[in-house]
Amino acid sequence: MSTVTDLLPAARGGTGTKTGGRRFGAFRLFGGQSNSGGESAAKRVQFASPFLPYLFLAPQLAIIFIFFYWPSVQAIQSSFYLEDPFGFGSTFVGMTNYTDVLKSGEYLGIARFTAVFTALVTFFALSIGLLLAVKADGVIRGNAAYKTLLIWVYAIAPPVAGLIGMMFFDQHIGPIVELARWFGWDIKVGLNYFDTAFSMVVVSVWKQIPYNFIFFLSGLQGIPVSVREAAAIDCRSGFRRFWTVILPLLAPTAFFLLIINVTYALFDTFGVIDVMVKDKAANNPITLVYKVYMDGFRGNDLGGSSAQSVILMLIVFVLTIFQFRFIERRVHYN
Amino acid sequence: MYRTKIFDHIILLLGVFIMVAPVVVAFMTSTHEAADIHRNGLSLTWGGHFVETYQTVLTREGGFTGKITGFNMMLNSMILGLGFAVGKIVLSMLAAYALVYFRFPLATFFFWVIFTTLLLPLEVRILPSYEVMNTLKLTNTYTGLIVPLLASATGTFYFRQFFKSVPDELLEAARIDGAGPFKFFIDVLVPLSRTMMAAIFIIMFVYGWNQYLWPTLMTTDEGFFTLVRGIKQILLVWVGSNIPDYNEAFALAILAMLPPVMIVVIFQRWFIKGLTESDK
Repeated sequence: MSTVTDLLPAARGGTGTKTGGRRFGAFRLFGGQSNSGGESAAKRVQFASPFLPYLFLAPQLAIIFIFFYWPSVQAIQSSFYLEDPFGFGSTFVGMTNYTDVLKSGEYLGIARFTAVFTALVTFFALSIGLLLAVKADGVIRGNAAYKTLLIWVYAIAPPVAGLIGMMFFDQHIGPIVELARWFGWDIKVGLNYFDTAFSMVVVSVWKQIPYNFIFFLSGLQGIPVSVREAAAIDCRSGFRRFWTVILPLLAPTAFFLLIINVTYALFDTFGVIDVMVKDKAANNPITLVYKVYMDGFRGNDLGGSSAQSVILMLIVFVLTIFQFRFIERRVHYN
Repeated sequence: MYRTKIFDHIILLLGVFIMVAPVVVAFMTSTHEAADIHRNGLSLTWGGHFVETYQTVLTREGGFTGKITGFNMMLNSMILGLGFAVGKIVLSMLAAYALVYFRFPLATFFFWVIFTTLLLPLEVRILPSYEVMNTLKLTNTYTGLIVPLLASATGTFYFRQFFKSVPDELLEAARIDGAGPFKFFIDVLVPLSRTMMAAIFIIMFVYGWNQYLWPTLMTTDEGFFTLVRGIKQILLVWVGSNIPDYNEAFALAILAMLPPVMIVVIFQRWFIKGLTESDK
């Protein structure tokens, strides 16, 4: 048993991440191959060569060192420095960049918006994806057609979805704007803070539904027929059966998707937001990643932007640790 | 029983409508003339200007330099998508092979070095990454566009897991037959991984084609614009024009989604396999 397994909680819970015989996404990356778990499941027979493994690893490692570790270290380093705006060196300022960022009302406002935005996108994308998956799992006729029609939007890039969203929320030609007018709501995307936020949530949810649908559907199809039949005998109400039997069995999938959706809302929606606010971030809602981009590339505030990057790194780091911890504790009932 | 099924179908049809309608409307509208769209709004009917609009978008030399065409951008998107997918597969298969099939002292260390990249997405280190690219003089090159995106371990873990599930007997048999590390990799592992490679290829191609933030930072020279990256430029041109070219914008959006959508629809089975078993 190597240290990898001991250090990484998920590795011990490896076989626990199964639902009805299949494993899920990222979890299985760290899980062992069999019940013995972890690295000990490595090959009985291996090649012993003094230099070949390094040769095979070299390309991947080179790229990781140049494009991952170097910039990451630089981000942390420059977050403690104040860059001279005219490029004449930089001075060490300790935690000033961090305190400046965390004291700024603007930053806190953006953080609050990001939290609300993430919660809304995650909630709606997950629940609509789940609803459609449950229904698609239930019907027999047209099953394949529904599946294809519901997943293909996955392949559309976020900014392209944003562009289509812009048209639908356009002042002159947008059908959604016209629809809202019927109810006395005059949508002004780009001018009204709330309206812009609303359209960003709608487009981001729309783009993410297929992903959740795919995972929920394969999770549902992994539930053994025997379990469903037993549940059907014990409980006649389909609705209660769903809440007490099916949903708990889907918990690992749902939790995995929760993390993925939070990450999506935090980072991958950049394209949607960039297209929808069109560089006029002044009065428009933006997320934390967009703020990093604005400060770093438009404001030339290297230190502040780096401090924000490091704060985001910490958020992602906590999310990931939480993911592993949670899996270890909760998802053990197979 | 029957009634609930009808209800299920209604919900599903509603879902399909919400997912499909915006794109159908985008396509139909793109076949109308800009002035027509400006007057009558979006359209669900065929406008009859399909050929003109798409020809214009693909071949007209536009942008600030007046040199880039839609076709050029499509080519760049293709280079990014293919380069990223192929690069990912080659790098991660080699690394996974080393980690699974070789016994060497630093294996655990390197496993961790690679594993750590999963913790931080590119988005949180954009500015320093950009600085590094500047230092290396890689902005506005295909290398700069593709290679930094490869610095993540997703593919490596996927292949590592798959290699571990390959029966040990195969290696034993191969060794008895006198196969060395290279021969075993090329003659046994690569053919065995074919389905996995296809699945990963599809996921990665779509992922690469759809990149937005990184190309936006890396390419300021329009000759390197991808379709997805070009979207922003179109919108910027719009601001201030009397009758925006709605039709051309929609046409470009349709072109930008066409190849990845086709791949996902045609290779749906592999796509789902790759997605649910590899994550990203």
